[in-house]
Amino acid sequence: MTVDALWPYIFIAVAGWLATDIWRWLGVLAGNRIDENSETMNWVRAVATALVAAVIAKLIVYPTGELETSPLWLRVGAIAIGAAAFFAFRRNQLAGIAAAMGALAFGLLVLGV
Amino acid sequence: MEAEATIDGQTSRYWFVQGMRGLWSVPAIILMLSFVGFAAFTAEVGVPVEQVMFMTGVVWALPAKVILVGTMLSGANLLTAFIAVTLSSVRMMPMVAALVPEIRTRSTPTWLLLVLSHFVAITAWVFAMERAHHVPRSGRVAYFAGFSITLTLANVLLVGIAYFLVAQFPPIVGACLFFLTPVYFLSSIWVSARHRVIYWALGIGLVSGVLFHEVAPEFDILLAGVIGGTLAWAGERHWRLRQAGNAP
Repeated sequence: MTVDALWPYIFIAVAGWLATDIWRWLGVLAGNRIDENSETMNWVRAVATALVAAVIAKLIVYPTGELETSPLWLRVGAIAIGAAAFFAFRRNQLAGIAAAMGALAFGLLVLGV
Repeated sequence: MEAEATIDGQTSRYWFVQGMRGLWSVPAIILMLSFVGFAAFTAEVGVPVEQVMFMTGVVWALPAKVILVGTMLSGANLLTAFIAVTLSSVRMMPMVAALVPEIRTRSTPTWLLLVLSHFVAITAWVFAMERAHHVPRSGRVAYFAGFSITLTLANVLLVGIAYFLVAQFPPIVGACLFFLTPVYFLSSIWVSARHRVIYWALGIGLVSGVLFHEVAPEFDILLAGVIGGTLAWAGERHWRLRQAGNAP
């Protein structure tokens, strides 16, 4: 195997595997010793959540593939309907997901996107 | 001594199998559907299937993989990709740190926890935090291992198969599967949140993700995480301290 053929795997191993597992290993080592209630831990939690939230927002607002041609209001509307069902059914994850997906599928069918 | 070891071995096997059966739980099934969506996404953008299966096994966390594929597509260099992915995975550290005291016994070797930590991602974490305390402590590591390793391997196979099937799906199915990923993440973060600052960070992170994409698309996720997250932390802290100050 040439380096060219291996390069994507090296890229995934370094930028994917190593980049995620160092935090998992640090988590094990921190284990009991870390102060769960410290202000630093609160900040780490906030930054970590905001990063994932930004990924979510990009997937909804700037989708690729089949969803790219669908209107933004339909995607945001489906999320809103899903959130309404989620809270109406006492934070039931399945209800929220089913409502959001149902709303999106209905909208796509009606609009013929 | 020998008899005790045998009983321990049997208990571990029993709880490992109980963990494996978690593959048919609701969170596991939602995650598998999301992975079918991920397979559709990677097939669409043209990442070879061998690489998709490889990254499913070695990266495992779905948000990290979505970011990794994004950086690969934009032709980012290794360092830029590493920074973007590693920043998205910082949350693994508090997640694992919270899980370890829940499942370990005094005799659990650290190397075993280091190996098992690889299989921690949102779904396995939520599953273990919810159910581990119903399992006797001596069986928890085996229970978590059974669930999380099975879930990871099942999804490696699943993306390999789904990659070739999604091309034959009608476009509307592909669109819905793609949408399942953000919907699933959004609801997972909400149901697994144990601290108020998570809700603040989620709201501010959603808005700043779009905002920074408009201003600086190449660093949007990084900036949204650090700036948005810091704002959320400062805001929640300010509010919390004021509440404490107003208390009689």
